[in-house]
This record gives sequence, structure tokens and C-alpha cells, in this order.
Amino acid sequence: MLVSILHRVTGTGLSIVGLALLTWWLAALAGGTDAYATFSKAAAHPVGIIVLIGLTWAFFQHLLSGIRHLVMDTGAAFELDTNKTFAIATLVGSIVLTAALWVYVLEYRP
Amino acid sequence: MSLGESATPLGRVRGLGSAREGGEHWLTERVTSIALLLLGAWLIASLLFLPSLDQRTVLEWLHAPSGAVPMALLIVIGFKHALDGMKVVVDDYVHEPGNNFAVNLLLLFLAVAGGAIALFALARIAFGGAA
Repeated sequence: MLVSILHRVTGTGLSIVGLALLTWWLAALAGGTDAYATFSKAAAHPVGIIVLIGLTWAFFQHLLSGIRHLVMDTGAAFELDTNKTFAIATLVGSIVLTAALWVYVLEYRP
Repeated sequence: MSLGESATPLGRVRGLGSAREGGEHWLTERVTSIALLLLGAWLIASLLFLPSLDQRTVLEWLHAPSGAVPMALLIVIGFKHALDGMKVVVDDYVHEPGNNFAVNLLLLFLAVAGGAIALFALARIAFGGAA
């Protein structure tokens, strides 16, 4: 239930915030030095970092629960135990992947 | 044409229903999701492996076909999948026909406009002079 609702919430967030940021990033890249400096400043701001971390989590959560939905579309994994295990795995997986990526980006990336 | 017992459940409903559609939308959502699984992984891996994210480095990456072509696919398929997914959410929560039409029309215009802006920016990068 929670994972199913999260699939919609993260999908909506990625559709609106994610695609808006992707479009702004590409437009800023094409727009010149000043435009890219404005984007970079916003992205490196603490609020920008929080938004980017949120989007990263939304992407991994939507990806993992999306895979779960594809498996269930085949008619598999409807048994209560299996279903619950997969649902919890998407929650744990998305947090682990997001944490791993951002620890690398913030601590180790040159 | 009847495929009888051999047809899959999806095969039986494609092209049918009161609106004669829905089966295609369902299938498209899933096909685009698998494409985005690959393209999303490509985007994250690319951003992680680029030596830096300064403007010059990113422009060089997207100026080359190896960067520009997957990015064009990500834009087109990403906006299409977002539009398909948002329609499911809207159809579930906005029931009044006039409002439903208005919200879906707004989302369609936003997706097409956003996709066009992103593609145009990418085209300037890909076809412009060397970064």
C-alpha cells in the first residue's frame, strides 16, 4: 500500500520537479556562461542539494517499485510474504542507493 | 478477428473498450519504463564518471553523438512516460469530465512545451560550434 502510493508520489515529483530541472540544466548549458553559473549556484545551495538528494531518492524508489510492478504484471509475487518482502526491499534499496551515491558525490568525488 | 483461447489478456483488450484505447496506453507506459531504466542508469553513470561538471566538460560530453543521442532519447521518452503516468493519476482523482479534460490538456501542453525546450537546448549544444 505505502509502496504503491510512493510510486505515484515519486512519479509525480520526477515528472514535475525532475523534468523541470533537467530542462533548466540543458537550457542553462546552451545559454552561456552566466546562465550556467546561475544554475550551478542554485544546485550547490543547501536547498538545491536537498532537492537533488530528494530527486535521487525519488528516482531510485520509482525505479525499484516500477520493477516490482513489472514483475507483478506477469502475475508473479502476489503471495503475501513475497509481496511484502519485495515492497520492503524497494524502500531499503532506494535509501541505500541514494545514500551511497551522495556520500560518494559529497565526500569522494574530485 | 478472433484469436480465441490463444490470445493473451492484453491482446484481447487492445483496441476495445468504450474509448477503443487504454490497452496501448498501458503497454506504452511499460515499454517506456524499461527504456528509462536504461537511460536513467546511463545519465547517473555519465554524471558520476565525467571528470568534472563544469560547463566546458558537460558541453563536450553532450556535443558528441555518444552523449547527445541518449540524451535526446531520455528527453523524448522521459516526457512521454511522465505524461502517460500523470494521466493515470489525473484520471483517478479528477472525475468531473470538464475538469478532467482541462487538466489532461494542460499536462499535454506542458509536456510538449517542456520537451521542445529541452530538445532545442540539446540541439544547440550538439550542432553548435565546438564547446
